[in-house]
Amino acid sequence: METTRRDFIKTGSTFAAGKLLLPGIQISPGHISIPSAVKSYLTRFEVTTEMLQKIIDAAMSKGGDYADLFFEDRRANSLGLEDGKVNRAYSDIGFGVGIRVLKGDQTGFAYSETVHPDDMLQAAGLAANIAGSPENNKQRDATDIRIPADYYNIKKRWGDISAGDKVPFVQKMNDKIFLLDEKVIKVNAFLNDETSHILFYNSDGLLTCDYRPMVSFGAVCIMQKDGKIENSYSARSFREGYEWLSEDLVSEIAGEVVDRTSILFEAIRPQAGEMPVVMGAGSSGILLHEAIGHTFEADFNRKGTSIFSDKLGKKIAADFVDIVDDGTLMNNRGSINIDDEGNETQKTYLVKNGILNSYIHDRISAAHYGVRPTGNGRRQSFRYVPLPRMRATYMENGPHTKDEIIMSVKNGIYVDNFSNGEVKIGAGDFTFFVKSGYLIENGRLTRPVKDINIIGNGPQALSDITMVANDYLIDNSTWTCGKDGQSVPVTCGLPTVLVKKLTVGGSV
Amino acid sequence: MTKEEKYNLAIYAMKHALRNGADQAGVSLSNSISNSLEVRNKQTDMLEQANQVNLTIRLFVNNKYSAHSTNRLNKKDLKRFIEEAVSGTKFLSEDLFRSLPDPGLYFSGEKSDLKTRDAYFERVTPEEKIRLAFEAESEAINKDPRIISVTAGYYDSLNERVLVTSNGFRGDTANSYYGLNTSVSVNGGESRPESYWSENSVFFNSLKTQGIGQKALQRALKKIGQRKIASGRMPMIVENRQVSRIFRPVLSALNGSSIQQKNSFLIDKKGEKVFSDKLSVTDDPFLISGMASCHFDNEGIAAERRNIIENGVLNFYYIDTYYGKKLNMPPTTGNHTNLIFKSGNKNLQELISGVTKGILVTAFNGGNCNGSTGDFSYGIEGFLIERGEPVHPVSEMNITGNMAELWSGVVETGNDMNENSAWIVPSVLFDNVDFSGL
Repeated sequence: METTRRDFIKTGSTFAAGKLLLPGIQISPGHISIPSAVKSYLTRFEVTTEMLQKIIDAAMSKGGDYADLFFEDRRANSLGLEDGKVNRAYSDIGFGVGIRVLKGDQTGFAYSETVHPDDMLQAAGLAANIAGSPENNKQRDATDIRIPADYYNIKKRWGDISAGDKVPFVQKMNDKIFLLDEKVIKVNAFLNDETSHILFYNSDGLLTCDYRPMVSFGAVCIMQKDGKIENSYSARSFREGYEWLSEDLVSEIAGEVVDRTSILFEAIRPQAGEMPVVMGAGSSGILLHEAIGHTFEADFNRKGTSIFSDKLGKKIAADFVDIVDDGTLMNNRGSINIDDEGNETQKTYLVKNGILNSYIHDRISAAHYGVRPTGNGRRQSFRYVPLPRMRATYMENGPHTKDEIIMSVKNGIYVDNFSNGEVKIGAGDFTFFVKSGYLIENGRLTRPVKDINIIGNGPQALSDITMVANDYLIDNSTWTCGKDGQSVPVTCGLPTVLVKKLTVGGSV
Repeated sequence: MTKEEKYNLAIYAMKHALRNGADQAGVSLSNSISNSLEVRNKQTDMLEQANQVNLTIRLFVNNKYSAHSTNRLNKKDLKRFIEEAVSGTKFLSEDLFRSLPDPGLYFSGEKSDLKTRDAYFERVTPEEKIRLAFEAESEAINKDPRIISVTAGYYDSLNERVLVTSNGFRGDTANSYYGLNTSVSVNGGESRPESYWSENSVFFNSLKTQGIGQKALQRALKKIGQRKIASGRMPMIVENRQVSRIFRPVLSALNGSSIQQKNSFLIDKKGEKVFSDKLSVTDDPFLISGMASCHFDNEGIAAERRNIIENGVLNFYYIDTYYGKKLNMPPTTGNHTNLIFKSGNKNLQELISGVTKGILVTAFNGGNCNGSTGDFSYGIEGFLIERGEPVHPVSEMNITGNMAELWSGVVETGNDMNENSAWIVPSVLFDNVDFSGL
């Protein structure tokens, strides 16, 4: 299943490449013929194009350079299983419009949780205050209606599915895990789905919309052996519809979480210190997310606070290192048809042949650097301002093989299962927590290791990548990236990679 | 929304659930107003205003349980939302442990004023807020040639909430909060160290507004030249504001859900001495102007002052109604409030003076703790201490160990209580911590 998924992703990413299916339709005000796809969003949010323009005018009334409206209707559902039964359900509705005004690098922001014109105009007035002068010379452009490309392409929408249709899959997850290993004492299984309808309009006249599905399915498994208790977690998350759920998927996740938990009883803590680290294909993409991804986000670089602030165009890694941040992988958790500033998504090379090729931009930083937006302006919801954020961040294949890489290490560790990571932007120190991995002794994987933090320095680690294999893999677990109090869904990926030296936690 | 309007709408929602098939229901309705702004390079970088409402309803339907929240509060949307929520609950399995609390445990009677809501909140002007941020920024900006960036921020919020249940609870809370902060990033050659300082308060007039920019700058400058040292086992001092990061796994292990789900390293340890004599922690909901002060918890259960850990002995588990029934234990409360560590006799400087060779931790970087076993590993930065003096800044190192052993190794707690959060914690000196470095 993993292989099929990868191929599917690759195919999806090559044909679409961030192009819009329809070219922008330039329409002069007053003669707007609105495609039905967009019309349904106007109806959902009870607004007309005239009202949208009225709100934008209010937002620009104090002399702003730019304003945008982000309407969102988000519905999330969650089913949970504990002690053998699907015995809890949660749901959440978040509805409203975020109104943002820019004046140079400055941002004014407010939101309304109703679409009552008075409430929206009041929020627009608050956001307008960032600009100090009453003049507004901005001429409205012709309305430009864009229907984005579809990187989700689902069949059965979550909004049409009842809890009764979902419960059996969660129950099967529990039953399967208990069947696989007699050490299992507890299972917590979950199935979360989410649907967002987004309508976007800005002072350039761009009117666009997006329908974003998301599903996450997984379990925590707790086992007991000889009085010791261990737990582990496995999940899959995609922008997929109900048709994605299957018995095979249950088996895949159940098998993985049982294997991951079972091995912990044999695991030790390694000797502490610096050593070579082999990052296994897939979830080791957390290395890229923490070691360089955040430090490439252009808000930090615009302020000069990132360790990579003066490295654009410079050689920062070996020739065979290509690193991508991609919003176009079909059904990927990190993919977006448009970003939350209305920009089309794209596949962005951050590092090409070892050279720092591009930062990760939102509208503010793209304008600051005089480049085109990269489609990375993302926000947690209408209640937040967009920031430069990652999507799917991965490294492309290199010239080596996994076996070659492992065999090259005399004493080190191999890691492939993580729970979290963090980075200090200015110092460049990044960490990731290793839930499990293996010692490497004389070129062979030997004892399992667990529960250790690994810490390194971004630029150093990047230049210490001395081997890259040809087994690129995207990890499709429930990766969520936090920044400035905002969470957004992302993914990451990597071929097997050797980092010459990192500091590994452990016993002294 | 006034308090009266919130009560009326919450009761309306609860009754609608009962009319449509729920046996019991509890509704929490809150609204929060918040303002935040950031200044940079002597101009306003960001101005944000937010006004948020949320209704959460917990439903008990034919021994089945679900919870739902929405911000669409017009009656037409709300009615449909509740009807769908009740009918969706019927697809679940029965859970006989689910119910509202025993009404005998509810808070009732006269509420003393815990002073959690600033009456001045609505009167703080936008100009005053911006002025405070500019003042904080001015303490750092242009004060050193190595400065790359200074950002100062102001934040305030007012949260008002009512809680009603179908077996008789009615209660409301109001909390105000103010924060002022500065972050400074400096040029340290190869690296660009950054530091941050903030002050927080429940009342505008008691918010400390001086010294924030200056502290952030000094802390950033002190980080220049960070390097790691050789791995080794040695004493560790954790600065007061950072202690919560390594105490949180202990608190989490005391939750009924962690204990019942076997995800706690403190199962069956109540009444036992599991930590150092020097560790005593109280949960005090009645602290005047405490950031987590309240008369009742999220279920309406009357709050009490509790000795969580006394001279190393574990005295208390956080047990809510549901996990109380599952564990066959009397419910206490599912929520922690103000956590107060017992203070020692020395300030941070005196704690450092007593260390021959060790590390002062001033920030953590990533890491995690295995809930079932207490095994942890965290990235750290701070200062190497030799012969009672900080020698040079360190970074890119890890600490690794086990929570039960770490907290057994407390040598002493300081008297430098950080009163900026709901966790009132001093700096803490630990013995025998494994550091990994070179």
